[in-house]
Amino acid sequence: METYPQILLENRKPDHINTLAEYEQNGGYEGLKATLQQHSESDIIQMIDESNLLGRGGAAFPTGFKLKTVATDAPLPRYIVCNADEMEPGTFKDRVLIHTNPHMMIEGIIIAGYSIKAEKGIIFIRPEYESGAKILERELKLAEKAGYLGKNILGSNYALEIVVHRSGGRYICGEVTAQLNALMGKRPNPMQPPPYPTEKGLWDLPTVLSNVETFAYMPHIIRHGPDWFKDLATTDTGAGTKIFCISGKVNQPGAYELPMGIRLSEIINEYAGGMLNGAEFKACLPGGASTGFLPKEHYNIEMDFESLKKVGNRLGTGAIMVFDQHTCLVDATLNLTEFFARESCGWCTPCREGLPYIRDLLARIENGDGEQDFIPILEDMGKQLWSAYCAYAPGAVAPLQSLLRHFREEVEAHIHQKACPFK
Amino acid sequence: MLPDELREALEKQIAHVDHPRELVVDAMLALQDHYGYLSDEAVEQTAAMLGMSALEVEELSTFYTFIYREPVGKYVIHVCDSLICWMDGFESIKNYLCQKLDIEVGGTSADGLFTLLPVCCIGYCDRAPAMLINRKVYGPLTPGKIDQILEKLRSEA
Repeated sequence: METYPQILLENRKPDHINTLAEYEQNGGYEGLKATLQQHSESDIIQMIDESNLLGRGGAAFPTGFKLKTVATDAPLPRYIVCNADEMEPGTFKDRVLIHTNPHMMIEGIIIAGYSIKAEKGIIFIRPEYESGAKILERELKLAEKAGYLGKNILGSNYALEIVVHRSGGRYICGEVTAQLNALMGKRPNPMQPPPYPTEKGLWDLPTVLSNVETFAYMPHIIRHGPDWFKDLATTDTGAGTKIFCISGKVNQPGAYELPMGIRLSEIINEYAGGMLNGAEFKACLPGGASTGFLPKEHYNIEMDFESLKKVGNRLGTGAIMVFDQHTCLVDATLNLTEFFARESCGWCTPCREGLPYIRDLLARIENGDGEQDFIPILEDMGKQLWSAYCAYAPGAVAPLQSLLRHFREEVEAHIHQKACPFK
Repeated sequence: MLPDELREALEKQIAHVDHPRELVVDAMLALQDHYGYLSDEAVEQTAAMLGMSALEVEELSTFYTFIYREPVGKYVIHVCDSLICWMDGFESIKNYLCQKLDIEVGGTSADGLFTLLPVCCIGYCDRAPAMLINRKVYGPLTPGKIDQILEKLRSEA
């Protein structure tokens, strides 16, 4: 098994949260020192941009570009928001990061905050991660005491305060614009840009929002440079490492930091301990519940954003959920659709009405009451959901659409046999 | 009535922020902890403290998974029913909990201690099947482990 560089999880030990002192001993806050002492705001943005760091929350938005869209003459105060609302099923990397080395993401937030002259920082965290929220509150205080937060950070003119904001818990709150509404104490409906949050976000002020993992890379990019970061990937199209969360029918489910572009087969065989005894790989969801089933023909695919896009799928959050020959993918899609139907915020009609409709048709098929006519209806519904208000709905039908594309025979078998062939 | 201590703590927090309503979830959670659930009275108190209408607070309270608008047990069990937990035995875990507590999903045990609710993926897929009790995680679950957890909580209640 090859040992790849560990950037984010370097000092990971079982049940141990790296202390501030431990983090400092391993180069922690050196990136922030360099930032404040050697670099202008635009230098930082330039470095992040050149590193090709793509947002790790699922959307893969270029982080440098996002920072650039905050106009230099934009009004103050500006906000930097860290999205720790990790609610994509199968995904738990942010939880691992918070519990491994909370200061790494904090340092990243400060660096990004400096680059856009943000005065206010917020970490938005899901209620299921209450232990993480407590860790962050404790460590933020220690960071402030050490001079990394508050006024005149490390003797500079830069000032930033970071607070932890607890969510009441709903999947949609992970979506950028819905999260802004949640933070403002409004119903977390998504909002369609323009204006973009970097222009008018929280309280109509410029706001940059990124994922925990995205922030955690920033200190390293500043310390080692954009080219170093790009070279961490095994593919030309990828950049950096990625924390892959693996679960399902493998021997060692868990979060593994591996190069962007590593082959799926290597992740499963070498790092996840292979398939469970007697289990054969049938398919996986490569990046959370809102990506499509990836069939066996892509077992050797290079796991980066571009390669997944080429085969009509998405890397999403990099949460790989593995299914074997005994998994009924109709039933799995029914479970996923049930999740999305329940979690839909209900703001727009296609999503609110469409998802329960799809769920009911899938339930009938799974229970042996399906008809051949259901398939074109499901196909049509899948297309219709792309006209919903936000990106939630197209994500919600990704499993369904890939089921019909790659595993149509399995759906048809349910209909012809009037029963689930797996039960 | 809210105890003075809690009211003052919240008011202090509110005075510290630019926009009181940004604390609405914190306030709802705090009042819920006090009353055991977010009662009608708590909705009105939250609204009054934050300069919102009761209707605005109601809209949010019914939106969020972890705000309970009806009485719940001392311990709220959220058992994960999303994909990985579902594959790894959610049904049998749920059935076992129902049988042990003699309730249906959504119900509260006769002693008023436990409420059982389903919840979407809680981010512990590496410890499936998993559940949260009062926002603390337990997993991977087996019937034996569930017995131990419930017994421990009963003895602490």
